[in-house]
Amino acid sequence: MDAERCARCGARLVSRDQGSISRVWAWWAAGLICYVPANLYPMLVTDTLVSHQASTIIGGAVEIAHHGSYGIAAIILIASVLIPMGKFIAVAFLALSARRGSRMSPNRRHHLYEVVEFIGRWSMIDVFVVAILSALVQLSAVAQIRPGPAALTFALSVIFTMLSAQSFDSRLIWDKARERERKTAQ
Amino acid sequence: MTDLAHSHAEAARASDRTLPQALGDHDLSDLIGCPSCDALYVARMPEQGERAVCGHCHTVLIAPRKKAGARILALSLATLILVVGALFFPFLEIHAAGFGNRASILDVASSFQSNRMAALSLATAAMIVVVPLIRMVLILYVLTPIVFDAKPFAQARRAFRWSQELKPWAMAEIFALGCAVALVKVADLAQIGFGPAFWMFSALVLIVMFNDNYLCTWSVWKSLEKRPD
Repeated sequence: MDAERCARCGARLVSRDQGSISRVWAWWAAGLICYVPANLYPMLVTDTLVSHQASTIIGGAVEIAHHGSYGIAAIILIASVLIPMGKFIAVAFLALSARRGSRMSPNRRHHLYEVVEFIGRWSMIDVFVVAILSALVQLSAVAQIRPGPAALTFALSVIFTMLSAQSFDSRLIWDKARERERKTAQ
Repeated sequence: MTDLAHSHAEAARASDRTLPQALGDHDLSDLIGCPSCDALYVARMPEQGERAVCGHCHTVLIAPRKKAGARILALSLATLILVVGALFFPFLEIHAAGFGNRASILDVASSFQSNRMAALSLATAAMIVVVPLIRMVLILYVLTPIVFDAKPFAQARRAFRWSQELKPWAMAEIFALGCAVALVKVADLAQIGFGPAFWMFSALVLIVMFNDNYLCTWSVWKSLEKRPD
């Protein structure tokens, strides 16, 4: 079965990916481990003439809110806190319910999976912001911005959770329900 | 978008439960399995302006568009030119207290310079420039012969599969929103100027999004099969 290949595109074929759930959990754990330091260490280090400041993800967002840009603060909080947290919970729920079944209908769960897949990449935005700022704000003594260690771990966390979501074989969502349908039909 | 006018074309005639009997009557290439929930359907080409949607999970299965091929080709070419331009022209400029700095996209990608961060630099460069670029080249490679009604190039199928697998890792549009956030952050710190690359990149993001919308994978596979490579 492993060696079967799609006659159309040459991709490897499996009816149900048996290792799927294990891989989901492995990437999920790696993502979670990276997410902790990403929130504890500074994301952005700003040096100006008068000050030296290192801000974490949440600290940076709070600071922006203090400056009055609530919209931008919200974007950062949603992309770097709400989406990753929601993703950890959603992927864990999907992986668990694929094994045990769930009261939530397969339709709803499938929708959840699609949302997770679509939205996960957007967490990368904060890493890009750090990259842009540290490339742009290099004004010798007046102001300098450097990336902090959290930039790396946060990027890793996003990449790992994307891989986790991609490892999930979404067809597993439907199997339990169909099994039941078949049983009742007989 | 004309999506609102689209009726959900019924691509479904054989439900998965009747499959064992139904399968024998149909040529394998007439069947389409939903890539997300694995329901199996007998496919027929939707009418112009219609789409075929999976009855279980509502994933869009087939969505052909008029002259999509030529359009995608033109847009991909435009993207290629824009990416090359956007790479080398200045992207953003900043001025404060007599000091100034300008950064190109290459500078942005390589801003994680210290040893630990080098990998992140590579990843950033890959996600905002290299992967989108590779995808465009692959799509050009696959579609050019199809549009001109010629024999597909060697390995066209593999190329198309790769272009689809790379899709989630092309993050140009996320980078664009990141620019907006970064600009607001420095707005009260310094004066900002937009270089030509900024506008090129903005156009590029829009084109990439349109392009992905036009691309119906099922139609491409069908055309690749009409003239096997």
